[in-house]
Parts: sequence; structure tokens; C-alpha cells
Amino acid sequence: MRNRLKVLRAERDWSQQDLAQRLAVSRQSVNAIETGKYDPSLPLAFRIADVFGLAIEAIFLRD
Amino acid sequence: MAWPRATRRYTVRLGVSMTVYVVSLLAAVYLVGHHRVDGPLAWALAVLPGLAIVGAFYAIGMLIVETSDEFVRMLIVRQVLYASGIAISLATVWGFLENFELVPHIPAFYWALAWFFGFGLGGMINRVTLGASGQC
Repeated sequence: MRNRLKVLRAERDWSQQDLAQRLAVSRQSVNAIETGKYDPSLPLAFRIADVFGLAIEAIFLRD
Repeated sequence: MAWPRATRRYTVRLGVSMTVYVVSLLAAVYLVGHHRVDGPLAWALAVLPGLAIVGAFYAIGMLIVETSDEFVRMLIVRQVLYASGIAISLATVWGFLENFELVPHIPAFYWALAWFFGFGLGGMINRVTLGASGQC
């Protein structure tokens, strides 16, 4: 699954650590999701969507 | 960044287990190994090092239960799967070889050692494949 996390972070000038703190996860989790090595659970995907104020499908894209 | 609560609790539990292991092993070797005690006390001393290792398994199990970060939890579960697969496989193959008298007998507690080797190897595989190691 592809995602737009890196672009969305850059638009807000957030580091991976900034996003990790907002999500209450580790920086390595954000990195793994961002690089497509790990697909988040639905609850975490909703938290990510909430943090960016977007719908899940505006962040995560089908391959 | 401060350690997550689950990691701190794991570190304490593992530290206690390893301390009990070292102290009880030294006591068992000295007292039971040299026949300075016998009966129930010998049994109690002889079982303590094994129970301390069980404590390490418990610490890892509780780490999985208490880790709230789902990615980190997955890393640890993968490590446990590598550890269990390696230890059980080695024990099974060695058992057959031993049964046919092709290899010498080795004490069963070495399979716990193989498990911890697999746990460490799993961390390295996590590092290479997922960019993060999990737990050591």
C-alpha cells in the first residue's frame, strides 16, 4: 500500500519525530509506514487521518 | 526520548531474572554440585536457575502484551517466531541424531540458549528487512 505521509509531513514542516509524538508511536514506526515497510492497522490509520485532518483514502492509496 | 513504560518494565523484569539466575546458579553449583545439601533444599536450589530463565520468557511475553506501539510489537513477535522456530527445529533434529547415537547428549537447557540466539538473530533480520530491530 502506498501513502502520502512524507508529502503531508513536508507540507506541515513536521519531522518523523514530530509526527510520531502526535500519534503516540515511535519514530521507527512512522519511518516504517512512510517507506511502505509496514501497513498500519485500521485504528492507527484513523489516528493518522485525524492528525492530518484528512480522510484515510486521501493518505493511503491502493498499489 | 525516554524509554516507553513497557520497555522499562521489561528491563527491570529481565534484570531481576538474570540476577536470580546468576546467584542461584552459583549457589546450586556450589551447594548441590558439591553435595553440600540434599533432599528438598537441593531440589529447590537446582530448580531455581531454570525458573529464572522462565522469568526471562515471562518478561518477553509481558513486553509483547504491554507494548502499545503496534509496529514495535510486531517486531518483537517476529523475533519470538524466529527464536521458537530455530530452537524447536534444532531440538527436534538433534533429538533424532542423538536417538541414533550419531551425536552426544546435550543438556536440555541448551535449547533455551538456542531460543535466545534465535531471538537475537530475529532482531538482526528485523533490522535488515524492516529497518528496526525490536528488542534485545
